Amino acid sequence: MLNAVYSLLDLLGVEALRFTFMKNALIAVVLLTPLLGLLGTMAVNQQMAFFSDALGHSALTGIGLGIILGVGSDLISMIVFGVIWALVISAIKHRGSASADTIISVCSSLSIAAGLLILSSGGGFARYSSLLIGDILAVRETDLLYLLLALIGGVALWCVMYNALLLTGVSPSLARSRGVPTRLTEAGFVVLVAVAVMLSIRWVGVMLINALLIVPAAAGRNLARSARGHAAWSVGIALVCGIAGLMVSYSLGTAAGAAIVILAALCYLLSLICKHKRG
Amino acid sequence: MNAHPPLVGEGRLPRSRCGLCHIDLDHISVTRGGQTVLQDVDMHIHCGQLTVLIGQNGAGKTTLVRALLGELPHTGHIRHLNETGHPVGHLRTGYVPQHLDFDREMPLTVADFMGAAFSRRPVWTGLSRCTLDRVREALAQVKGEELASRPLGRCSGGEIQRVLLALAMTPSPDLLVLDEPVSGVDQNGLALFLDTVTELKRRHHMAILLVSHDLQLVREYADYVVLLEKTVLCQGAPDYVFTSEAFQRTFEGGQQAC
Repeated sequence: MLNAVYSLLDLLGVEALRFTFMKNALIAVVLLTPLLGLLGTMAVNQQMAFFSDALGHSALTGIGLGIILGVGSDLISMIVFGVIWALVISAIKHRGSASADTIISVCSSLSIAAGLLILSSGGGFARYSSLLIGDILAVRETDLLYLLLALIGGVALWCVMYNALLLTGVSPSLARSRGVPTRLTEAGFVVLVAVAVMLSIRWVGVMLINALLIVPAAAGRNLARSARGHAAWSVGIALVCGIAGLMVSYSLGTAAGAAIVILAALCYLLSLICKHKRG
Repeated sequence: MNAHPPLVGEGRLPRSRCGLCHIDLDHISVTRGGQTVLQDVDMHIHCGQLTVLIGQNGAGKTTLVRALLGELPHTGHIRHLNETGHPVGHLRTGYVPQHLDFDREMPLTVADFMGAAFSRRPVWTGLSRCTLDRVREALAQVKGEELASRPLGRCSGGEIQRVLLALAMTPSPDLLVLDEPVSGVDQNGLALFLDTVTELKRRHHMAILLVSHDLQLVREYADYVVLLEKTVLCQGAPDYVFTSEAFQRTFEGGQQAC
């Protein structure tokens, strides 16, 4: 099946796509950006940009703990830790009387520090520096299957919980009065974000992963009037910037994540201008 | 003035037009953090009546509402009884929260918001014709048809109250709970809101509980008034409660009820 996709990409006749690693990277971008674009709409509407930032940083700790505990796969230790960390942060946020910003900031700093502490022991952090800026060569053929499953599973879950999450975001007490399990819904959302973020981190990098989640959705927010418009703009911008950014990074020889995010940020600026023109 | 034709053919007929079936609150007590917030609250909320809960700030009005909605653990019983005093199944409650604390820049139309409550289909994929019809129908009940396509963030306080009321009315509830819907709404909007509530009461004959700030309007619209201060100090017809000694003591020094 993958070979069929490869030959289809060959038909495009794009020079950069001669290489298998570029084909893999392109497929990964096409599979992951729509999911991040969708999840991003809710993350920006519920003012969770800071939260997902903290979540991205926790990937370092996840990998570090995985090494200490002897977990074979980086990805699994990142996802497991990311999910636990996401649930912990949102539980603290619900309980805490301090402002959510402060709590998330403390959690974020803690997870970066703990990750650096573990990964730099013995002076060997250089090995992990690709985690910070991402590496498209890191996308292997076997990963693509997981990404496809993640996309299907993620979108399916998103369909199931979106309405409940929307009502919870507007008014938790109203949502509860209509039988929405608000806590479960919120927990489901942060888990979904954690998984999507961790799956993308190896090729986008810890530093920029949050931008990929937030910036397209933030641009879409300026352009849309309805929930449907927001989803469409956000997914569209994420996808177009993802593909274009990948191509730009190939010809300039730069990190792909950086090129994608710069394009997305340009879209955001344009969306701001559109919004002001419309009034 | 409000000469509506009988509701036959409009779906659900009122379960009873008697004014006798009621929601019975029997010795409701709530303790939070070791402190008794509500003690032995005994009251009835009759169908076809607008029951208004008044009291000072911190008297436990919102706590009582939350207990009624099943959001807070409480002792005592809440029962839904018919005209012969027999329990009728599940109590369907419609709730209009105090205010919506949401991001006004959110791209979300009123129809999206209501559709999320009415339908399983995720609203980011769009609204089906059937859901849109239900939204329009619900909004028509509160004279808000024109709001459907408007972004929720562009609605005024009064308009949002009407949207919330339309939402709470669908599906038609046995008990409608309105939690201080007066804040953030101007006097005109408030009177319009209460007129709409009164009309819905006549048409659907449901029990309505309103938590209110505005004593002037309470006197005008309420059928029954309950004065709360940790427990029920006084209840009855508006004129009776407003001239009671308990009322004078509670609101001594002007008609400032908050």
